[in-house]
Amino acid sequence: MSPWNTIWTVALKDWRLEWRSRDSLTATVFFAGLVLLILGFALGPSRQRLQQAAPGILWTALAFSSVLAAQRSFGSEQEAGALEALTLYPVAHEWIYLGKLLGNYGQLLVLGALLTPLCDLLFGLPAGPRWPELLLTLLLGLLGLSVIGCFYAAVTTQLRAREALLPVLIFPVVVPVILASVKATSLLTTGGLGSEVRSWLGLLVVFDLIYLVCATLIFPYALEG
Amino acid sequence: MRDRLARPLGLITLLCFAVGLYFAFSSPPDVNQGNLIRILYVHVPSAWFSYVAYTGTFVYSLIYLLSRKRKYDRLAAASTEIGVLMTVLTLYTGSLWGRPTWGVYWVWDPRLTTTALALLIYLGYFVVRGLIDDPGRRGRVAAVIAIIGTLDIPVNYMSVYWWRSIHQTPTFQLIGGVRVSAAAPMVEALLVMLLAYTLLYFYLLRLRGRLAELVETREERELESELQGDLKGGMREPQ
Repeated sequence: MSPWNTIWTVALKDWRLEWRSRDSLTATVFFAGLVLLILGFALGPSRQRLQQAAPGILWTALAFSSVLAAQRSFGSEQEAGALEALTLYPVAHEWIYLGKLLGNYGQLLVLGALLTPLCDLLFGLPAGPRWPELLLTLLLGLLGLSVIGCFYAAVTTQLRAREALLPVLIFPVVVPVILASVKATSLLTTGGLGSEVRSWLGLLVVFDLIYLVCATLIFPYALEG
Repeated sequence: MRDRLARPLGLITLLCFAVGLYFAFSSPPDVNQGNLIRILYVHVPSAWFSYVAYTGTFVYSLIYLLSRKRKYDRLAAASTEIGVLMTVLTLYTGSLWGRPTWGVYWVWDPRLTTTALALLIYLGYFVVRGLIDDPGRRGRVAAVIAIIGTLDIPVNYMSVYWWRSIHQTPTFQLIGGVRVSAAAPMVEALLVMLLAYTLLYFYLLRLRGRLAELVETREERELESELQGDLKGGMREPQ
C-alpha cells in the first residue's frame, strides 16, 4: 500500500468506528459544552466581560476536550488488542501515526464546527467579514492540539494511570498552541491589526510543522513493545 | 572502577566558583539596583545550567534510542534531574530578585511562564519514569518524552521574541537595559560564574550517572541472589 493509501485507510476506519458508535464525539461535545457553561458561570454574568473572555473560553473548552478525544483515539485500539494487530501490518509506523492523526483531527474539526457557533451564540465572537481568518485559526490550532494529543496518547496507552497522566503530559507542551490561537481569535473578534494576526498564525504554522515532523519521526519508537 | 576524572573536575569547579564569587562580590554595585544586582551572578548561570542540562537530556535520549545502551538512559535521567533542580533554583532566585525590583514575586511574563512550563514538562518525565518497572521500556518511553519535550524549549524561547515584538513589557526591558549597561567587572564576574556552572554540570552529571549505575548494579545483584535463594529452597510452597 502506498503511504497515502495507508493514512487514508486508517483514518477511514476510525471515522467509520466513530460513525457507528459515536461515543467519542458525544463525550467530547458534551464535555466541551459543560466547560462553556462552567466558565460562563465562573466569569459571568456581565455580558461585556464574557465577550472579552470568549476566545479564551472557546480554546479552553477545545483543549480540554481534545485530551478526551486523543485518549479515545488510542483507547479504542487498546480495548480488544487492536493496536497490536495494527502494528503488525506491513506498513511503516509513521503512516499509522499520520492515519490516526487524520482520524482524530477530523473529529476535532467536527467538534470545533459545533462549538464555535455555540460560543458565538452564548458569549459573542463577532468575527464579521474576517471569518475566513477565524476558520484558518481553528484549522491550525486544532491541528496543533491533535498532533500533540495523538502522540502522547500513543506513548501512554500501555502505562498505568494513563487517564490521569495524559493531561499532565499534554498541557505544558500545548500551551504555545493555545496561546497563539487565543491571541489570534481575540484579535480577530476585537478588530485587531492584520499584521498581528498574521504573526500569531505564523507561530501556529511553525509550531504545527515542527511537532508534526518530529512526532512522526519518533512515533515508531513510541509504539514498539 | 573509581571515576578518576571526577575529583579533578570537582576541584576545578570549586576553584572557578571561588574566583567567580570573589568577582561577584567585589564588582561595583549597580547604579539603579545597588547590591541587588549580585543575584544576577547566580540567577543567570542557573538558567544557563538548566538549558545545558536539557540539551544534554535531548542528546543522551537520542543516543539511547539509537544504541539502546543503558548507560545513555542513566545519563539522560541524571541530566534531567540536575536540570530540574537548576530550573527550580532559577525560579527561586528570580522571584527573590523580582520582589524588590518589580514589587512582586511572580509576573505573567513570557520568560517566567515558559520556564515554569519547562519545569512541568520535565516533572512529567519523572512521573512517567516512576510508572514503568521494566528498564528497557522505561528508557524508551522516557527518551521519547524527553525528545518531544525538549522541542518546546526553543519554540518557547522563540515565542518570547514573538511576544515581545507585539507586546512590550517594561519590566523586561529593565533587565535588558541593566545588562547592556553592565560595566567590565560585571561582565567578567558573570562570565566566570557561567564557566563555573558549566563545569558544575559536567561534574554533577558524572556523579549522578555513577550513582545511578551503582544503584542498578545493586538491584541486579539483589534480584540475582533472590533467584538463587529460590533455587536453593527447591520447590518451596509459596507463602
